[in-house]
Amino acid sequence: DKSGVDLSNVKMSMNPFCEIAVEEAVRLKESKAADEVVAVSIGPKQCGETLRTALAMGCDRAVHVSTDLRTDYMQLQPLATARLFEKVVESEQPDLVLMGKQGIDSDAGQTGPMLAALLGWPQATFAAKVDAAGSGDGGLVVERETDSGTETVTIPKLPAVVTCDLRLNEPRYATLPNIMKAKKKKVDVMDAADMGVDLTAKNEVLEVYEPPPRKEGIIVESVDELVDKLKTEAGVLQ
Amino acid sequence: STCSVGAISIPSQIRTSMAVALTSRSIIGNEARMARRYFRRNQYEYAPRTRSASSLLPNNTDLRSPTMEDATNLQSLLDAGSVVTGSPDELSKYNIDWKREYHGRSRILIRPKSTEEVSRVLSYCNRERIGVVPQAGNTGLVGGSVPIEDEIIVSVESMNTIHDFDETSGILTCEAGCVLQDLHAYAEERNHLIPIDLGAKGTCMIGGNVSTNAGGQYYYRFGSLHANVLGLEVVLADGTCLDLCSTNRKDNTGYDMKHLFIGAEGTLGIITKINLSCPRLPSSRNAAFLALDSFDAVRRTLTMAKDELGECMAAFEFMDRAILELVGKQHRIPVSVDGGSELYRFYLLVETQGSNGGHDSEKMATFLERTMESGDVVVDGVLSQDMKQVQEMWNIREACNPTLKDTGHNYKYDISIPISQYYEIADEMKARLAASRPDILCVNWGHVIDGNLHFNVTTPGVFEEDPEILYLIEPYLFESVVRKRGSISAEHGLGRCKNEYLGSLAKNEAAVSKMKALKNVFDPNGILNPGKFLPTRST
Repeated sequence: DKSGVDLSNVKMSMNPFCEIAVEEAVRLKESKAADEVVAVSIGPKQCGETLRTALAMGCDRAVHVSTDLRTDYMQLQPLATARLFEKVVESEQPDLVLMGKQGIDSDAGQTGPMLAALLGWPQATFAAKVDAAGSGDGGLVVERETDSGTETVTIPKLPAVVTCDLRLNEPRYATLPNIMKAKKKKVDVMDAADMGVDLTAKNEVLEVYEPPPRKEGIIVESVDELVDKLKTEAGVLQ
Repeated sequence: STCSVGAISIPSQIRTSMAVALTSRSIIGNEARMARRYFRRNQYEYAPRTRSASSLLPNNTDLRSPTMEDATNLQSLLDAGSVVTGSPDELSKYNIDWKREYHGRSRILIRPKSTEEVSRVLSYCNRERIGVVPQAGNTGLVGGSVPIEDEIIVSVESMNTIHDFDETSGILTCEAGCVLQDLHAYAEERNHLIPIDLGAKGTCMIGGNVSTNAGGQYYYRFGSLHANVLGLEVVLADGTCLDLCSTNRKDNTGYDMKHLFIGAEGTLGIITKINLSCPRLPSSRNAAFLALDSFDAVRRTLTMAKDELGECMAAFEFMDRAILELVGKQHRIPVSVDGGSELYRFYLLVETQGSNGGHDSEKMATFLERTMESGDVVVDGVLSQDMKQVQEMWNIREACNPTLKDTGHNYKYDISIPISQYYEIADEMKARLAASRPDILCVNWGHVIDGNLHFNVTTPGVFEEDPEILYLIEPYLFESVVRKRGSISAEHGLGRCKNEYLGSLAKNEAAVSKMKALKNVFDPNGILNPGKFLPTRST
């Protein structure tokens, strides 16, 4: 009824850009640039499964901010999401926050930059390459995807926020031994309502509708028919 | 006559009938070069020259070559555009099979738009004694879908209407020329799925699938087409439209003749309409890609899977290291030794489908834990975390056939073997071939849960067939399969590749003689797919 996407019976899985972020974080740990990787997710019970995937990919711990509000822009919106992440950052004190560049449900792309602004941290968005060794004393060199090509940005000192784009890496599969190890890893659950953040939506969604279907093409039987249609129907031939 | 086929002892009845078919092929070594002359395909050129394929007919009725006058006559019976004439090259898409091994020389292609048109075509050809090759997607692997000489090709590709779908009963009614993938998409939109799935789904058509009783990866879960086809409409050789359509699941009234046409490879009639029973779309799909070190481990994993996954197991596919080394050049293989480029000996793709994601995931987790616990069953593996990864795993499995096709000439075999001896035969053939031809590569994959092995041999970089290799493989492989009580053609069928073995290695003489009697009932003039399916030489 155009009021929103029907979520009943839809299988939830990790946002592809977030998967890339998790993969990058695990690689940073494997290359000894990072000590510990904590996966964070905001959402309902099913987030538990997504966090297990992150743990199976190599994260050490997970934090689940629990809420039953819809996280696809319909109820919980980027500003509130960013404020929730801000609270988590305040308690965890990480040196680097890696996120997907946007969520494929809302396609907003706002949470990362908003979080960086709230924290007062430098940010590099649409990262296609992250180099922790390249900039000397605890900074990062990030190659960013832009419409006109790749831009290289240096973040001189951490902490910082980096959002990840498609070309950054190819996320690994969760291997069986790691899936089993993941069962024993810690997942802390906190309730979003108890975190002292205003969760109300500031923007109202008026309508949600599918784009109009592409007009069907027709298959012609012969070249003669094609020429005929180009002349009479499409009007592109004399 | 005597025939020596290595050191095997074969019962005398079989030996006699084999002698005629196989004498020349039993020769090995230098004499193989002489034996090449009698090579199955070349024999056609050395057989007495006739105007048509009549010498290949089981009942030896004379068929004649079609002429352009026939094309005109047929066009006058049909809608404009239904008849296409051209040189064999111009019609190469219909004249050459998917393996590019068999080249027909037909100059007339007919694409009827309705059952009535099919009936008029067959009625004419029957009267005029012209051979007809029914064709659907032309993806068959045994040369059954293309002309041997210049038989008229009757393609169902223009008959692609989906008539009806009942969402409560899941019964789909459609024409024979619907592409399988289109049917999958149609059914999915309506919460159902088509009970067969094969790598060729983008091109193959349901009429061809039914005519060849195609198997595929979900055979274990959904059963064969014999179980899922509820009704058919078939046009017989003399033009009679046989209405065996039914949307009833249960119907015990009379001889259930539709089963004759399912798997008959177009030799008893042309299927024009199908009533297919479709299961509901599962809401959860999970897949795991597992690596194992021994075939014993594969067998034990299969037993554990049946125990733990039970009714939600949908597919259990097998691949060996050799084929995945080739596929790995284009696709990422998710499990390798220490994450490097070396692969394990065997791989399995296990899929579950069900109506409750949580329930299935739990079962999958229990099953995987059990396989990893024992230590010597599954060495390593990955579990899909979302549909994208499930699809990636299937992409690997479905890439086996096309990747091999691009590697070199393929000698393709599709056998049923008791699971306990499944890989033994692969090892046996590899040893036999490696001894004299170290340049060849043996690769294996298959629906191990059904005991169905796709054993393939290729000559990397060489795209021409080498008769010496063929003689090393056949008939030794088939004899070995028969000794193990397997089937020489599990799902690919007979076509013109294996039809001569029917009667010698496949079924017994009494059975084949009844089959020929049936052929006479439905197609007394032998116009439908002459030279295929049934043996052409009498024993």
